[in-house]
Parts: sequence; C-alpha cells; structure tokens
Amino acid sequence: MARFILGRLIGGIVILWLVSVLAFVLFFVVPKALGNNPAVLFAGRSPDPATIAGVTKKLGLDRSYVDQYWDFLRGVFVGRHFDSGSNRSWCPAPCLGYSFRNDQPVWSEIVDALPVTASLSIGAAVLFLVVGVSTGVFSAVRRGGLFDRIAAAVSLAGVSLPVYFTGLLLLLLVSYKWHIIDNVHYVDFTHNPALWAWNLIPAWLVLSLLYTANYQRLTRASMIETLGEDYVRTARAKGLRERTVIGKHALRPALTPIVTIFGLDLGVLFGGAILTEHTFGFRGLGAISIDAVNTQDLPVTMGVTLFAAFFIILANVLVDVTYAFIDPRVRPS
Amino acid sequence: MTVRLTKDLRSPATGEPSPATGKDAVPAQPTDAPATGAVPAASGEAGEVRGRAARGGDELVRVTDLTKLFPVRRGTLVRRSTGAVRAVDGVGFAIDRGTTLGLVGESGSGKSTTGRLISRLLEPTSGSVVFDGRDISHLSTRELRPMRRDIQMIFQDPYSSLNPRHTIGAIVAAPLRIQKQTPRGGIRARVRELLELVGLNPEHYNRYPNEFSGGQRQRIGIARALATRPKLIIADEPVSALDVSIRAQIINLLDGLRTEFGLTYLFIAHDLSMVRHISDRVAVMYLGQIIELADRTDLFSGALHPYTHALLSAVPIPDPTSHHRRERIRLRDEVPSPLNPPVACRFHPRCWKAQEICRTEAPPLRERAPGHQVACHFPEKRDVV
Amino acid sequence: MTDPTHTAATASSGTPFLQVRDLTVSFHTDDGVVHAVDKLSFSVERGRTLGIVGESGSGKSVTSLAVMGLHRRGRRVSIAGEIRLDGEDLVTAPAERVRGLRGRRMAMIFQDPLSSMHPQFTVGDQIVEAYRVHNRVSKAAARRRATELLDLVGIPEPARRLDDYPHQFSGGMRQRAMIAMAVSCNPELLIADEPTTALDVTVQAQILDLMRELQKEFNSAIIIITHELGVVAEISHDILVMYAGQAMEYGGVEEVFASAEHPYTWGLLQSITRLDRQLETTLRTIPGSPPSLINVPPGCPFHPRCTYRERAGSATSTTRPPLAETSPGHLVACHLPVAERRRLLREEVIPTL
Repeated sequence: MARFILGRLIGGIVILWLVSVLAFVLFFVVPKALGNNPAVLFAGRSPDPATIAGVTKKLGLDRSYVDQYWDFLRGVFVGRHFDSGSNRSWCPAPCLGYSFRNDQPVWSEIVDALPVTASLSIGAAVLFLVVGVSTGVFSAVRRGGLFDRIAAAVSLAGVSLPVYFTGLLLLLLVSYKWHIIDNVHYVDFTHNPALWAWNLIPAWLVLSLLYTANYQRLTRASMIETLGEDYVRTARAKGLRERTVIGKHALRPALTPIVTIFGLDLGVLFGGAILTEHTFGFRGLGAISIDAVNTQDLPVTMGVTLFAAFFIILANVLVDVTYAFIDPRVRPS
Repeated sequence: MTVRLTKDLRSPATGEPSPATGKDAVPAQPTDAPATGAVPAASGEAGEVRGRAARGGDELVRVTDLTKLFPVRRGTLVRRSTGAVRAVDGVGFAIDRGTTLGLVGESGSGKSTTGRLISRLLEPTSGSVVFDGRDISHLSTRELRPMRRDIQMIFQDPYSSLNPRHTIGAIVAAPLRIQKQTPRGGIRARVRELLELVGLNPEHYNRYPNEFSGGQRQRIGIARALATRPKLIIADEPVSALDVSIRAQIINLLDGLRTEFGLTYLFIAHDLSMVRHISDRVAVMYLGQIIELADRTDLFSGALHPYTHALLSAVPIPDPTSHHRRERIRLRDEVPSPLNPPVACRFHPRCWKAQEICRTEAPPLRERAPGHQVACHFPEKRDVV
Repeated sequence: MTDPTHTAATASSGTPFLQVRDLTVSFHTDDGVVHAVDKLSFSVERGRTLGIVGESGSGKSVTSLAVMGLHRRGRRVSIAGEIRLDGEDLVTAPAERVRGLRGRRMAMIFQDPLSSMHPQFTVGDQIVEAYRVHNRVSKAAARRRATELLDLVGIPEPARRLDDYPHQFSGGMRQRAMIAMAVSCNPELLIADEPTTALDVTVQAQILDLMRELQKEFNSAIIIITHELGVVAEISHDILVMYAGQAMEYGGVEEVFASAEHPYTWGLLQSITRLDRQLETTLRTIPGSPPSLINVPPGCPFHPRCTYRERAGSATSTTRPPLAETSPGHLVACHLPVAERRRLLREEVIPTL
C-alpha cells in the first residue's frame, strides 16, 4: 500500500512539473514569439527604451528560455535574485515572481487569498456532499415516488440557474430586503469564527446548490445500480435490516464514483470559485486570477494556474488512494 | 508435441484403411454426399465409423507446438512485465476435413484461447497453425482477410455477439460485404437462403436481434458464420447459454449443416456429453496442454488419463439410480493458476496416482493405442461412466 | 438420506417444514402482467431435498425468492396463496417478521458466488454479519464461529482466509464460503438457486457432495433449483418440473426419472445428451421455444409445443389441467388419459431414452 501511495505521489509530481513547463511556455514563450514583450507589460504605460531594457534584465528576459525556466524553478525551491542593474532584490523561497501590477510577491498574494477560497470551498463541499448524497440515496430507494420527482425538478433548477442569478437574488433578500446579514463580506476565521460562518452562509448555499444537484443525480443513478446487484440481494437474504442493506451494502460501492468526482470538484474549487467569489465580493483565488488575467499580470496568472493545478493533482492522488481504500479489488496485492 | 493423425492410422481390427475413408475424404462441397449419412442410428458403432473416417481423410488444420503467453504487467508509471500466463503451452493436433474435433477442459484450460489462435483472432507466441496447407500463424491483418472467409466462429453468448442496432439481414450479410463477395443472385437472396437454412423465416430479414429468442439468435450467428461458405467453423461453447430444450435443436442444426456442406468443426465446450455427441475426436485440455486425445468412443469408454477419469466421473448422470453404481472420483482443490502452473506434470498436485517422476518430469503426449494419445506416466484404462 | 420410496405425496403424512399452496406471483410491467408463478403447490420435509427443474422463465427462481420474502411487494409485485414455514404463513406475515426468519430458519445460496458476495467486505466480515444479525454474540465469538464454518465447508486454513476478500477466492471456494454464510445460523430450510451452474464440473461434484454432507449433519430441508436434470438426479429426493410458471410434474425422483408421465418431462429427458447412453445420430427436440409469461397459452401452457396435443382433446387449449395424482406420490398436470400416457411412455418414450 505504501508503495502504491508513493507511486501515485511521484506520478503527481511528474504531472505538476509538466504543467509548470506548459505554463511557462504559455505565459513567457508564446507571448514573446507573438511579439508581445512581457517587459513592456511590466514597465507600465508608455515606457522609455531604458526602462524596458532594465525590466528585461531584471526579469531575465534576455536570457535563453531554458535559463529562464531554471531561474523560475530555483525561485520556487530556494528563492532567487531579481537584478535590474540599478537595484538588486531577493525573493525568498517559494518565489513565484512579483506581480506586474503592484510589484507584490505573487506568493503572498496567493497566501492571502487562500483562506477565503478554502473557507468557501470546504464549507460548500460539506454542504453539497451531505445534502446531495442523502437526497440521492432517498430518491433511489423511493424511485418514482413523490420525493424522487420533486428532487428531480429541484435538481434541474439547481443546475440550470447560474450562480450570479441565485447569488444576487440571495444577496438581495438577506442583505437588502430582510437585513439578516448586512453587508456580506469575508471575516477571517481566527478573527471571529461565528461571524466568519455567518457571512459565508449565503455563498455556501449558492455554490452548493449548483453541485448538490449533480451529486443528487449521481448518487441516485449509482445507488439504483448497486441496489440491483446480486450482493444486495444476498444481504437481504441474510435477514439484515433494510437500513443496513441500504446504508452499508448498497451505499458503499455506490460511493466509489462519487469519491472520484468529489476529489476533482474539490480540486477545481480550490483553484477558485470565480463567479461566486465575484458575486459576493470575496477576494479569493478566483478573484485574483480574474484580475490578473484582465491586467495581463503574467506572474500572478501563472502562479494561480500552478496553484490550481497543484490542488487538482493532489485531489487526484487522494482520490486514487481513497479508491484503493474503499475497493479492495483495485488494491495492489 | 505434434500429433499425427493421418499417417499409418488403420482400423485396429483389420489393419486396413477404413472403407468409409474414400467417400468421406472428398473436399467440402455443398453437392457432396453426406459425410456421415451411412452411419447407423443410435449405436456405439456410429462413433467407430466416424472415428475411422476421421483418420482416413486429409488434413484441413494442423496445429504444431502452439503456445500463447499473455504477459502480466505491473507498476504505476512504468509498466513492466512480471511474468506471463501460459494460456496455451505446446498444443498440437490436426483436424481432418469433414470431421469434428471436440476440445474439452475446465476454466483456465486454454481451450477458448486455442480456438482464437486457430481463427487468428489472436497471434500465437510460438508454434504454427497450418490451415489448408498454408501457415497462417503470423499473417498480417491484411493477409488474413481472404483467409477469414474460410474460418468462421460461432460464439457462446448470442446476446452480446450480435450488434443490436443492425438488422439480422445486415448481420448475416456482413461477412459477404467485408469479403466483397457477391454471390449469384445477389447478397439479399443469399442471406434469405442462409436464414432459411438455419431454420429462420427469411421474411424476418429486416428485424432486429432483440426480437428473437436466445435459440433464434444463435441460429442467426450460425447463418452469419456460414455466409462465406467457410471450410472450418470454430464453435466456442455454442449452446451453453441456451435452454435445455433449445440446445438439442442447435446441436442437430450444426450436425445437419456439417453433413450437408462437408464442414469441419472445432467444437469447444465444457459439457462432455455434448462433446461426445458431436465430435469424431476429442482432445482434453488441462492448464494449457492437451493431456489426452482420442476418438470419441475410445475416450469416453476407455480414457487413460486420471484427469479425464475425474472429469467423466464428475458429470452428473440423469439417472437417480446411477450414483449407487458409479465409481466416484473426486479431485482435491481446484485448477491451479495458469500464471504459475505446477512443474513437470501439471496435474500431479491433484492426482491420486502421482509419484516422484510426475513431480520431476513432464509426461509427453504419446500414442498408447492406435489414435489414442495420452500425457501421463501411469496411464490406465478405466470405465467411469 | 431417508427412505428412497418416500415421495412427494406421502410427505404429507409427516409434517412438511415448508408447504407452498397455490402460490401465485405476478409482476406488473409496462408491457403487461407477467404471470411468473401460477398456482404452484409443493412441500419439503426436514432432511429431504426437492429439485425444481425448468428452463429460463419457468418461474423456478421467482418461486424461491417468494419463499424467502425477497420480492419487494408493492404496486409492481403481487403475491397470493400460502407459503407455510413450519406452519406459519409467510405471505400474510409482516415484512419484519419474515426478515427475522430470513437467514435464521431459511437461507439461500445463489448461482454466481462472485457477484453474490460483497466485493468490498472480507469473507469473514460477511459471515460474521450473517451470524450476528440473528445471534447476540460478541464480534470475537462470531469470528470464531465463522472460522468453524469455513472449516466445516472445507476451506483450508480457515482462520487466515477469513480476512481475504471474495475476489481472492477461487470460484469453488467462493461458493463454499457462500454456503458457510448461509448455514451460519443452522437454517432448517436451505434454498440453492443454480448453485453449481457457474462452476466447473469437477468443482460442481465437490459442492454437491458438500450439500449432501451438510444435510446429513443438520437434517435441513433443501430446495435445489437447476436446469440440469443430471444435478437433480444426483442430489434430490423429489422433483418438481416447472413450465411457464406452473407445475407440470411432481414426484419422487426415482419414480419420475423412471416413469415420467408428462410430455414436457419426456421432451427434457429426450433432448439431453447423456454419457450413460449409446450415441444417437440426431437428438430429439422439443419444437419451438418457451412462451412469454405475459401471454401464457391458455389451457395447458405446454400444448403449443406438445407432440401429443391431438390425442388430449380440445380441452388442452382451453382448460388448465389439474396437477393430479397418477400413482401414490406422483402428480402430473396433463389432459392425456392416464392409460394413454402410460402406453406412450412404454411404447414411444422409453425406447428413445
């Protein structure tokens, strides 16, 4: 089992490295090849040639791509110097460069935004997982019943309504009409946990609505399949209570595909729930990446991309390991 | 481990070639006289006649030292080969034109793989398959195409082996279209003729497989196999998925078609009584090897290999009074994994007669009586039915 | 094994452990009502084995699931008649009551042991679970019991194999484990639905031996459902031949195999290939194929395929023949006059077997 996990981890690292190469090529090689000098982007509005030259030197854009990529990797693991000739600055270990826009270290921008995104994603994930799976199971057991039909309708609405619609509607109600939560904003968990949760509730609801519907359908389909399996009939033949038959014998195998999807969804959410963050004005990774893209802030865009890739790959590795844990047949013997 | 069938095999009683030989040896043609037409009904001699006939005819298929290894791969990033399943290991036999060879064995015996190697759905790892005088063991996909019309397969599951989105007309015509054959009178007429031949209503040309019962679907599969007028038909468990009352219908159909068109069959099955009914010769496989090969009468009433004895003894007989009389041979355990088969004689761990030599030396497949080969250090005639 | 002359009807002299009377099971589908089992009656005593034979769609599996109470009753399934287990009617009993009997007084083993065991739990856990539903014992005690059971069914190194998953067992070992699970609470009725169909013939012989031994040890009533006459002949005391959800012939196994009186039974006996008979050039067949259970032919359901329907008169296509005694303990549902049936058996059927 340890070998299996190690193998998956190494695989994950290799993929992450490939993503970093791809991102580097995409953000630094391609623009230049198309005639967009990144140095011009960094130097600000109508720069003189001397400034551009300084920036080029500072960012190392005059060096070969291989050297540039090597500098970048070094920056991530041991830190790097930025030297424009006139001044020299040290960027410490996880160095993803400086934002073109405000000259802040990309790493600190990401670290500041991470708690917001994590709070939003984890809260919503718990909500949609619990609600989605339980309603899905109930629908499958009472297939064709009233609950199943209502759930199907709500489900459809859930996936069809866009977040900016449900989000704005909810904000309108709780903030402006009923004044339950005035001025929804992000409060740090360490600052005031109650206020943190209180302010996040609308966003959790909106974000999870979208996913709950998916999980409800997925669980329902998966449960209907396992409920028809021979081993479920065997469980009944043993005289087990229906609760045990459904909750243990049918649900466990039904969860296998759900774990897979959940891992991927969580990874993607950690990369930033762009629309939800935007709607509620939270400055999470999603908001940062949108800003970075809009202002062509290449280091930030690349940093956020790598970060998202890291979470998705991590989630994938966790899914594989969980999968082997749930299903003994995929375990290496 | 080549098996010689055709040379010097004479009737043990007379030492002369069987009189039936000349007649049965005529190559396959629809107009030919029925190969087994002269066989007396319901008698043990039926087997004798067929068996002798089998040896006099000329060879259609010769398999020599046929081996197929399936590599087992492990590892997450770098997949490396960590061993191989020896699915078929040094199998040799020949089938004469117009005869049926039954291939029996339990799961893991390699009988289906052997069928797939001969039809070249799989490529052998080593050894050769000579079909109609031509070595087809390593032909490319393109080179195989013309040969495919001569070798057709019938599969076990009549549900999954027919495409549910095609009409039965299209299914039966498919081999003709692939082979770009246009029979006289056109494809459509030929398909109708085939449907009628297998006992289906030719008017049902435009229906879909789901409108047919299991037995009818198997008939469709047979019609498809016959479309290109093949010489050899490999039937892999063709009746085991069917109801008892339907099995006999399909077996009779296969039997009749053989007589009518002089077909040659490789009949793969685990049901020994069915194999006994349809085969001229029978090969028993165990863990990828042939352990006994004989004319059916010799095999079913005078088997020499202990595994064959055990197999025959385990077949339930539909006579409640029989189990008082029958000798019961019960094997220990189950067939070992073909990934790591026992050394020397593969059957020795389960054999009650095993001695030191069985653990150290593999018994070759040797002829112990005319046309009767067995791979055992201690063969013994025993009636277990 | 008990007195071989003891047959179905004489069984009523004792007290059958399971008594089924006029059992009818129908499924309501979008295509129409499926009459899966229609007015079926039979009984099994402790220490005896009943073989139920039939082709696909004959209703044999539906019957066993009905006895076990495994059909989920509701809008789609309706069950009528009586199923008396040790005198208690299961058709009218509350579902919770039947659940309490399942696994304890009646247990079942299924055709495919790979798909019938849960792939994600160890073999030991599955046996422990079966034992603990009906017995208030500690986990450790249940584990000891599971080890004993694996040993009982002939699995080597039972204590170690307890922690294996079903996929780590071979086919025959899995079926043994399945049997161990079924007999964990010493059930008085064991239903085996095609228990050997998925197994190799040498393993089948081992499993049938095991079932016989267990019956000797626990004196349980066994129902074995199969499509193979050879298996019935080998293991059963009584035989029930089903066709289209109805009983065609019912009696002691030696009586029925020696002097069957139903044309369908004849057809089955004639169409199988047998190792203990001389070779024939052509097999006899039953023409046609089994009917759809949505449109069961009226009268005798077998009449459209029956060779002798002309001799049975017009009633054969209008009136369902009753399952009537033809000799003590031997029941047949056929419109042919008894004398005619016996003449046909003697003159036309026996010579062909």
